[in-house]
Amino acid sequence: MATEATEAAHGAAEAAGHAAEAPGMPQLDFSTFPNQIFWLVVTLVVIYLVLSKVALPRIASVLAERQGTITNDLAAAEDLKAKAAEAEEAYNKALADARVEAGKIAAEAKAEMQAEVDAAIKKADAEIAARTAESEARITEIREGAAAAVKEVATDTAKEVVAALGIDVDAKAINAAVAARAKG
Amino acid sequence: MAEEAHGDEGGLVFHPMDQFIVKPLFGDGPVGMFTITNVTFWMAVAVLCVVALLVLGTRGRALVPSRIQSIAELAYGFVYKMVEDVAGKDGVKYFPYIMTLFMFIVFSNFLGLLPLSFTTTSHIAVTAVMAMAVFLAVTILGFVKNGAGFLSLFWISSAPLVLRPILALIEIISYFVRPVSHSIRLAGNMMAGHAVIKVFAAFAALAAIAPLSIIAITAIYALEVLVSFIQAYVFAILTCVYLKDALHPHH
Repeated sequence: MATEATEAAHGAAEAAGHAAEAPGMPQLDFSTFPNQIFWLVVTLVVIYLVLSKVALPRIASVLAERQGTITNDLAAAEDLKAKAAEAEEAYNKALADARVEAGKIAAEAKAEMQAEVDAAIKKADAEIAARTAESEARITEIREGAAAAVKEVATDTAKEVVAALGIDVDAKAINAAVAARAKG
Repeated sequence: MAEEAHGDEGGLVFHPMDQFIVKPLFGDGPVGMFTITNVTFWMAVAVLCVVALLVLGTRGRALVPSRIQSIAELAYGFVYKMVEDVAGKDGVKYFPYIMTLFMFIVFSNFLGLLPLSFTTTSHIAVTAVMAMAVFLAVTILGFVKNGAGFLSLFWISSAPLVLRPILALIEIISYFVRPVSHSIRLAGNMMAGHAVIKVFAAFAALAAIAPLSIIAITAIYALEVLVSFIQAYVFAILTCVYLKDALHPHH
């Protein structure tokens, strides 16, 4: 530094009168200290005021707001997820219900049809029974008619045979005899 | 600075310190206390940069930040976390002061890297004022918060009783050396880097060495970019450490 003291003096000679005796390091030129310190204090005060009044509260609020938004969004996402799970559950439940219902309806329909079929069968059975009874009645009637006719024919025939033989027999006696024979 | 005429010597001319000369911005008279000098100018530029970054940059208050806003938020978060981690929760209320110091130093350092600019933080007057302000504030704060208990900072209760007076002496000396190291570290780093660049720049006058010189300047410049940030960080974190000592003097 000392070697260039003359150099510095030479260079600064045209700049300012006081600079001529400036030391090698401008940092140690005490005559500039008040100036630097004054402007430094002004600068720091200005920066401090700007920061504390405007910049820092603003940035803090922006950061807080962002944090709040992120938290809210996460909560909302959680909420939606829960809702989705709920909806899925409801869907599954509805599906199961529908299945049970369908089973129930099918069983009901089946039971109804069964009842109908049963009723039809019963009715048919009843009809068949009625017809059978009727037929039987008629058969019995016919048989009885036939039996009566046979008796009559037998009586008539016996009467004719007896008459042909020349025997005079009471009609009552012939009737009784035929009836006894037909029974036996 | 570069516009200084040194051509008449012809050979290698070294004026590495000329860039640090404080001179009036308008005309040339004596540098009085209120004279508008290059110091004023570059400090004003630093203020404008701080305003541009932290006020204009965050004007949008965007939830999804723009580039400048995210840089501002990054700077805020960086210093805030540093204060919180080092000085503790109760140190957070001094965060605006430390943010002020950090933003001023970091912008002054970076602005000083512009060619033809003036580095305000390379001046011991500037850094010493900041360091003394920190030192006095922290010392007063320590006594206000802890009363005489602040002196326990120098009385290391974990050491053997015999050693304690000696350690106390060492602690007191180191305590009073703090503002000196605090200020000279920053000014020295800034001054040295700029002076070295200037020396290499002077070598560039010789055509044979010029390429080497330019490569060296580039390399040193990259280093200086790093140093500019690191020194601002170191100044701020040391302030936090001193603040922590004032708030919690017990080891």
